[in-house]
Amino acid sequence: MTVYLPIAELSVNIFIILGMGAAVGFLSGMFGVGGGFLITPLLIFYNIPPVVAVATGANQVVASSISGAITHFRRGTLDIKLGTVLLIAGLCGATAGVWLFALLRRVGQLDLVISLLYVALLGTVGALMLFESVNALRRAAKNQPASLRKPGHHNWVHGLPLKMKFKKSKIYLSVIPLGVLGFSIGVLTSIMGVGGGFIMVPAMIYLLRIPTNVVVGTSLFQIIFVTAYTTIMQATTNNSVDIVLAFILMVAGVVGAQYGVRVGQRLRGEQLRALLALLVLAVGLRLAVDLVLTPEEIYSVVSEWGY
Amino acid sequence: MKSLPAALAAALVWALVLPAAAQDKPPSTATEKMEIGISTDEIAITSDFRGADLTIFGAIEGYDPNLLAQGKYDIVVALEGPKDNLTVRRKERVLGVWVNRRSMTFELVPESYSLSSTRDVEKIASDEVLNSIGVGLHHIRLDPIGYIGDGSNLSEFRESLRRLKETGGFYQRDPGGVQFISASLFKATVKLPANVPNGTHVVRAHLFRDGVFISEKALPLRVVKTGLEQMISNAAYSHPLSYGVLAVVLALLTGWIASIVFRKD
Repeated sequence: MTVYLPIAELSVNIFIILGMGAAVGFLSGMFGVGGGFLITPLLIFYNIPPVVAVATGANQVVASSISGAITHFRRGTLDIKLGTVLLIAGLCGATAGVWLFALLRRVGQLDLVISLLYVALLGTVGALMLFESVNALRRAAKNQPASLRKPGHHNWVHGLPLKMKFKKSKIYLSVIPLGVLGFSIGVLTSIMGVGGGFIMVPAMIYLLRIPTNVVVGTSLFQIIFVTAYTTIMQATTNNSVDIVLAFILMVAGVVGAQYGVRVGQRLRGEQLRALLALLVLAVGLRLAVDLVLTPEEIYSVVSEWGY
Repeated sequence: MKSLPAALAAALVWALVLPAAAQDKPPSTATEKMEIGISTDEIAITSDFRGADLTIFGAIEGYDPNLLAQGKYDIVVALEGPKDNLTVRRKERVLGVWVNRRSMTFELVPESYSLSSTRDVEKIASDEVLNSIGVGLHHIRLDPIGYIGDGSNLSEFRESLRRLKETGGFYQRDPGGVQFISASLFKATVKLPANVPNGTHVVRAHLFRDGVFISEKALPLRVVKTGLEQMISNAAYSHPLSYGVLAVVLALLTGWIASIVFRKD
């Protein structure tokens, strides 16, 4: 059964889109990630114009993050003040990102930049995750306990000026690293269609030493508002949010996520992470190959307003 | 149809004056005229549209029967889509990666172009004639905008634009699509491509006598896409803010409802 996507302006098989949404939803439930960083490349592989894939990806992350955000809000496992600082920076980043997105599109380099960013990001994240999970598996085989990092241990980030007190997190932190982190995530949301949790969470834990019990809630608080804002900005600036595509992905995604969570609870973390790392690397590799292989057609035509 | 009686009347007049005229000299100055008509000026299509044929009827008036009998009259009918500035880009390898490097923008090019003629357009008239009136897939006006350097790659970009439009099904031709159904009445069939653009198209008919362009007639044809998909597309472009807010609300609702439906307790 085919369905016509009004903004992407092409007909697609609805079951392939549903399958993509469900599979990524399943993985995101299993690993507790938003899934935007897998949805967008998969849509590009399925010939959805990257412009539409990125804007629609941001829209889809809103749906996949809201239930987690509500849960953390209810339980109070988030630092609103910290989240607000990250959010303000995130909104600035998203605004700059959407503007950059429109500029790159006008000069015909958007598709390239999206692919390059994905190759860099998926390559780095995939390699780090693989390295980390293989080490963990090795330790488990030798029956060694994992070396615990000391929370509260200070690093260079804590020497920066313009400090602010965050009561809930019980830390005293400079707004500079928070601003840089929030801004970068905002830019990534608008140019790559990701929520950015897979960067923000490790950065908050390892770099900023924020207590783990508020990290996920606080990052979801930032993500939900930044992705919602980016969706509206993309719709008004680039007219590239495909609501039909987004809705199919969302419905399949939220259902898939529920089953992912259940399976995830029964499996061992290190093996799961190694598998996700391999998947992330494979997607990155495929994008890299497409950039290097001689294309069948080196010319392309775009109209003033088309893709 | 007003043109048919007119054509008959014209033919009658010709028949009366013909003996005298034939004795003098063959008429070389053009007196031929052409009329065309289509059954509608608006076509509504839905998103499952797979392409269709559009039939246009027309008549030549004031023709020379001798020339007509020899098949010296040719008719070319084109359906030109809405015009937009089109940019052609070419990828080149930079540090191993394929990157869009050169580009050229052409002014107001029809997004679709469907051609129908009595015979191969290239044989109807010379390249100069076809170029001057912009008729034929290889003669559509493609004027570059802005700086194009020494212009040495102009033809390369023009050719690529035509080729991509042809392979995409937007530019088509049917060198037998115009047929005479009587001495002066003709029927032209032009194809509407499956991905026909929304907007005002123009049906343009050209009459040639022995390789000489004589007259032209044009009629507007509005192509209106209908259905839910088009409503969504219209909303995205004309009310982008409400559309964006709606997309966010839809996402929030979907995620929230799912969390209630699948709640474990």
